[in-house]
Formats: sequence, C-alpha cells, structure tokens
Amino acid sequence: MQKEMAYSFPDEVLKHVFSFIQSDKDRNAVSLVCKSWYEIERWCRRKVFIGNCYAVSPRMVIRRFPEVRSIELKGKPHFADFNLVPDGWGGYVLQWIAEMAGAYPWLGEIRLKRMVVTDESLELIAKSFKNFKVLVLFSCEGFSTDGLAAIAASCKNLRELDLRESEVDDLSGHWLAQFPETCTSLVSLNISCLGSDEVSFSALERLVDRCPNLRSLQLNRAVTLDKIANILRRAPQLVDFGTGNYAAELQPDVFSNLAGAFSSCKELKSLSGFWDVVPAYLPALYSICPRLTSLNLSYATIQSPDLIKLVSHCPRLQRLLVLDYVEDSGLEELASSCKDLQELRVFPSDPFGVEPNVSLTEQGLVAVSLGCPKLQSVLYFCRRMSNAALVTIAQNCPNLTRFRLCIIEPKTPDYLTLDPLDAGFGAIVEHCKDLRRLSLSGLLTDHVFEYIGTYGKKLEMLSVAFAGDSDLGLHHVLSGCESLRKLEIRDCPFGDKALLANAAKLETMRSLWMSSCAVSFGACKLLGQKMPKLNVEVIDETEPPDSRPESYPVDKLYIYKSVAGPRFDMPPFVWSMDEAVKILH
Amino acid sequence: MSKPIEHDYIGLSEQQLPSMEKSSDKKDGLHLKDTELRLGLPGSESPEREDHDQNVLSLKSFVSGAKRGFSDALDGGGNWVFSGGSGGGTEGLFSPRRGGKNNGGKDLSGLDSGSVLKDGAAQKPSVVQEKKPQVAATSSHGNGNIAPASKALVVGWPPIRSFRKNTLAAHPPKNDDGDGNAEAKLGSGCLYVKVSMDGAPYLRKVDLKIYGSYKDLSSALEKMFSCFTIGQCGSHGVSSGDGLTESRLIDLLHGSEYVLTYEDKDGDWMLVGDVPWEMFTDSCKRLRIMKSTEAIGLVTRQCLLPNK
Repeated sequence: MQKEMAYSFPDEVLKHVFSFIQSDKDRNAVSLVCKSWYEIERWCRRKVFIGNCYAVSPRMVIRRFPEVRSIELKGKPHFADFNLVPDGWGGYVLQWIAEMAGAYPWLGEIRLKRMVVTDESLELIAKSFKNFKVLVLFSCEGFSTDGLAAIAASCKNLRELDLRESEVDDLSGHWLAQFPETCTSLVSLNISCLGSDEVSFSALERLVDRCPNLRSLQLNRAVTLDKIANILRRAPQLVDFGTGNYAAELQPDVFSNLAGAFSSCKELKSLSGFWDVVPAYLPALYSICPRLTSLNLSYATIQSPDLIKLVSHCPRLQRLLVLDYVEDSGLEELASSCKDLQELRVFPSDPFGVEPNVSLTEQGLVAVSLGCPKLQSVLYFCRRMSNAALVTIAQNCPNLTRFRLCIIEPKTPDYLTLDPLDAGFGAIVEHCKDLRRLSLSGLLTDHVFEYIGTYGKKLEMLSVAFAGDSDLGLHHVLSGCESLRKLEIRDCPFGDKALLANAAKLETMRSLWMSSCAVSFGACKLLGQKMPKLNVEVIDETEPPDSRPESYPVDKLYIYKSVAGPRFDMPPFVWSMDEAVKILH
Repeated sequence: MSKPIEHDYIGLSEQQLPSMEKSSDKKDGLHLKDTELRLGLPGSESPEREDHDQNVLSLKSFVSGAKRGFSDALDGGGNWVFSGGSGGGTEGLFSPRRGGKNNGGKDLSGLDSGSVLKDGAAQKPSVVQEKKPQVAATSSHGNGNIAPASKALVVGWPPIRSFRKNTLAAHPPKNDDGDGNAEAKLGSGCLYVKVSMDGAPYLRKVDLKIYGSYKDLSSALEKMFSCFTIGQCGSHGVSSGDGLTESRLIDLLHGSEYVLTYEDKDGDWMLVGDVPWEMFTDSCKRLRIMKSTEAIGLVTRQCLLPNK
C-alpha cells in the first residue's frame, strides 16, 4: 500500500514540492529517503554548498548535480585568518571554475571564502557564464583589479559584487569604468577592501546613478568624506552603506550637506566603514540612527564619550562592532539604550601593547549581558576575566549561540581568584544550551573540556588555544560533543592518544586543525593509513617530517573528511599521510 | 545525569570517570581533587597533582577497556594502537614495523610530559615565523617573561585578521595624552608585506616588524625561498638537513642570480639595502626577489635618480 503511494506522485509534482525546500540539510535529507527521491532531487538541486573544497572533487559534484545555478565553496582552514596557514597551502578555485564552465553554462552565483582566486579564474568566470549574477569573494586573495575589470566588462546582468575582506592587488582604479553603460542591475557592491589607491570616483558615481536597485554599497578608504553626500543623494534607496574615510576638517557646509544626504536615505539600516573618524561629523548620522539595526565601527578610532553619544541615538541596534575604545562605560550605555542587541563584537585597539590602553574589562560584557536579553553572538577581546563574570553572563544570556572570548594574554587566570577559568566557561556551555560556536582563552585545564564534552551537545565549532593539560582534554571534546563539525586547536598539550582513540569521530566532522600540539608523525601516518575517508595532512615548513624520529611532534596537522581522496595540489611543505601517496623515506 | 560513556572510545574503567553526579562540586567552587580524573592502573598510584601537570595515562588501561573500541574496527588485533603492557613495550606504539627506531621502552607519557610541553623546551612552539631564537619565544608560554615593549611574538595571537591588523598599523591608535605619536608604535604590532620571487609559483608574506636588520630579513627570505631555487617546487624531498639548500641560495642571492628589491610608498622599485632599516620598513610596500638580469635596468635607474 505504501509502495503504491510512493509512486503515485509524478516526478513533476515531487520536483515542485522540492523546490520549496531550500536548506541544504533538508535537501540532503530528502535525497536519502529513497532512490527515486534521490534521483529527482539531484536533478532539481540548484544550490550547492561545499564547506571544504577538498572534501569532494568538482567532477563528483557535477556528476551528481547536473543543474546547479549557485555554488558556495570554502577553502583554507579558519586559522588561515591568523597567518597560521602558510602561503601556497592551497584552496585554488581555478580547477572548479574550469570544470563548471563546461558543465554549468547557466551558473549564476559563485560565493567563495578563503580561497585563492587568480585573475585567470575571474576571466574564466567572465567568459563562461552568460547569466552570471553574483560574485562574493569573502577573505580571498590572489587576484588584482585586472580580474575585476574582466568581471565588470563581461557580466551584463551582474547583481552582486562583494569583495569583503579580500586581498586585492590594486593595480588601477579604472576597473570600475569597465561596467558598461548598459549595466543597471547592481544590487550590491562591496569594495571596502580595496587599497588606499584611487578608485575611479566618477565611474563609481555614474554606476550608482544608473543602478536604481542598489541596496548595499560599501566604499573603500580612499573615498573621502566630502564625496559621501554625492553618492548618497544618488542612491537614497540604500539599505546598507559603508563609508570610506570619515575624516575631514570641520566645515559647516560640508556637515550640513552630509547630514541632509543621510536624512534622505529613508531605508538605511546598516552602516560600516568609518575609517579615520572625526567625531564632529558623527552627528550628521543622527537622523538615521533611530532606524539603524547594524553599526560597524570596528575601524573607528573614536573614544568612549563620542561612542556613547552615538549609540544612545540608536535604540533599535541589533548588531554592533566596535573597538575597545568603547570601554566599560560605553558598554553600560549600550546595555541601557539598545535592548534589541543580538550581536556584539569588541576588537582590541592595541593588541600588542603590554599594558591596557583603555578601561575595558569583563564588566562591560557583564553589563551588556544584563541589559540585552536578546544577546546571541559575542566576540570579545579583553585583558582580564573572572569565573564569576562568566557565570553571570551565562545566567543572563541563556540564548547565546556564539561565544568567543579572547583574553589577550595566553593562560591568564581568573584575576580575582587566580583560578583557571574552567568553571566560567563551564557555566557558559551549561546554561547556553543552543551554543553552536565557542572560542576559549585564559588559563584552562582539562576540566573545561570535561564541561564542554558534557554540556556542549549542540556545539559545532570549537577554537582552543594554550589550554588543557593532557590528552584527556581532547578526548572529552571528541567523545562528548555530538554535533562537533570543526575543531581547531593550537599550542595545547594534546597528543596521540585522544586522537587515535577517537579517530572514528573525525569522520563525522568537517575538519580538525592542530598546530604546535604534541601529535607525533607516527600517529599521523597511522591515521592516514587506517582512515581512508580522511585526508591527513602534515604541514611543516622547516623540514620533512620523516627526516626526524616518528615520535617527534608534527608542527601543524590538518585532518578533514573527503570522498575525493588526497589532493594533488599540495605545496612542498604539506605532506599527505594517505597510503596511496608515496612519501619519501 | 548519566556518565558520559561513549562506546567508541577505548574505555577507561568506570571508577575513573568523572563523578558528574556530584553537583555539589559545581555549586561551591571547584573541588578539583574530587572530580579529578585519574587514569592509571587500578591500584596504582597515579600522581595526585593539583597543578594538573601530568595525567599519566597507562597503556594497559586503554587496551584492557577496549570493548567496541576503535581498535576493534580495524584489523581486529587491537594491537596497532597500543601495544600491551605498561611502560611501553618492545613493539613501539607508532612505528609498528620499525622495530629498531621506535620509542622502545619509553613510556607513552614521555610524549606529553613536561619535557615535551609544559616548559616548552622540546616543543616546537608556534613562535615567530622563522623559528629564530631572536626573542625568548618559548617564554610566551610561561607567565610573564615576555619581552617588555611589544607582544608580537607569537604567530597568529591574538587572533586578529591581517586586514584589521594592517589597518591598525597604518593608522595607529590615538591617545588621550598629548604626545599622541609616542604610543603609536604599540598599535602596529606587525606589518605584513608580500614577497614574490621570479619563477616561484606563489607569493609569501612576511612580517617586517619581526626583523631587526637587513641581515635577518635576508636570511629569513633565503630559508623561505630555498626550495624554489633548487627547482623542487611541487615535489617533496626538500631536505635542508644537509645545508646544501641554504648555501646554494645564499650563493645565488649574494652571487649574481637574484637581487632583492622592494616597492616603496611612491610605487618605485628600489634595491633593498640602501636606506637605514627603519626607513626601509616604513616605506616598503612589497618585496620582490628579482633575477639579476632584470634588475640591471633598476640599478641603472637608481644611479641616475637624485637622492631620495
């Protein structure tokens, strides 16, 4: 009876139903129901997300999903952001583009994160995809403005060009002029990462002029304050705006022009940029502050009193990124003014100074936790912390989903009791039942990992540095955290035992990074040999790991599950432990 | 709550698991000793340490407890992970086939005991890029013996993206006190510039702030790019052990094949070495290891330029 029902829906109906299912997880679940659903689903999947570009090969993706219109790829491990992954490690997108050029002529969207994108890749994109709409290069590198010129020139219906936090070889500002006069489709343009060199401003103005649907525009630092008004008047429909430089000599006419331009933007909800701020120009924003939901002042070197004034005008703020100039007093003001706050990130203004240069302590975060009940996501750099504060924060904000604390000096204990911060972080994982991402810092023993393993059942990503005493710590995490996908560890005394004992766990995760730990080369080889579904890669820039005894710890280790087998684009300082790859002995 | 026994780890015997039912432990501070995990042979004295220095993990407690352990899933022997007997065995743990070269009688704990890690002596700490003993880098793992003026000693710490670091470096934080610029250098903990080498397949990045002189920079670059000059890029087997690599690159750099050049703030390409070191780090935007043949024009041009 049930069998008949399964076949009673024609494929078209199922296809139509599936088209409402957008999330990858759900799509994957759908494809597991039965063979015919697998077949139908794979033919109508339009969006593919690949969290690790080496987990699968382009060919495999193309074979399974022949009609993809949108792809998202991530390359380097997260610690590449902090220069822990040497240049040349990999993450090249060219091969993907080349294969997709042939297989997906209708590909419209490419989103890349931490990948190496060359001008050649960009030129290939420009040439190959006639309906290309969206290019997002998040934290990528390897390309220059020449490649961007190719995209601008060829992509007639480009909607989004977002280069956030990428490293671009800024050869010339004239690439912007390559957008043809017929291009009127831009919705989002983020060039904030471009260098301080000239951007062809007149080309930018003309582009903004002819794109009535432009909703999101992030300028780069080269654009001066006096030019902002011009842009805003051409695009009063903007929802999300990133200023360039926000500094100029205070001149009343410039000020009133700017204030007027901002007030004409009735939809503006999100602001960023603000390099080099002159505080006297901040009141120009006051007319839009009541509508602001997101404010990124993380490059703005303005002091607490000015920040307080600004923030007190923004009662609807949901997201605030700011430097530690905000100080505890500023955060207290935030806590009393911005009851809708969901995300707070506080960055250090002087991360390498020995003495604190600002009065920002754990008190600020405690104040926010008390005043902002909707707080979900925290990134906080500070110089001292206590277990008591962490417990308070945990109790105040049980809805936290992301908690990243960076106490600047490694292994800093509770400043009140000099205890490790195990209990504090333990409280976080215990109370915040939906915690998905956690970064630890301060003095921590194996106990914190015990708590994490016990309570962190929804934890998907964990970052650990200078923590733990023994393999037991790692073992707690690997054996207890059921939802763990990404684990990154540096400078911890974790060795072979926990890793080998939990080797099977690694197959359920996306990846594991361990650097400056105590995992021996022998253990790496063993893992590589015994776990064919894992790629085990050893990174060592000084000498080949097999030139030393097997018990010697490896410098860096990156393990990830893959159905594509070992990769072949490894540089000389990366060794695959796969048995199939011959290692010199 | 139930004890966290997972069936896919090699079992630790029950009495040694954390007594999580003791909720009282959490309520009044942490009585660490009560909840401290002790892993050792039943009946053996495991070290009772307050400072959590070493949890000696005996081999036997791993092997004996393995029910549906990971090891069983493999070639059935269960021996490949941990060879039997405490204190290691003749069959080395991590080199099953290489009888001679293994740990021999060495205890497992030899790997994670203080000699390797805690005092940082034998560990390879994530120190300054080139692993030079320029600064007391290992001490960054201790408490407080760090070089006073600046803390840019540990690579990638604090975890701030280069984009943000370089932005801060270019425009150092202002200060309330009158001499705003005096503290300026504290904000610029590092300065990454790209280094390209003619013929190399990819760029490298170096932090100019960690070098004190041209000599330091040039030997660091030699090390970084040595593999390229021997034409070994893309293959393994670069052995720096024999010293051949380094000396050959030195010859190449000091000899005639390559010269080190840099692009300054004005966009001009100059030979490295002409200006005082500080002036160089202030104005250098990127480096290029150029073939001498190409640099000839550069040298000539520089001779003709007025003094910069």
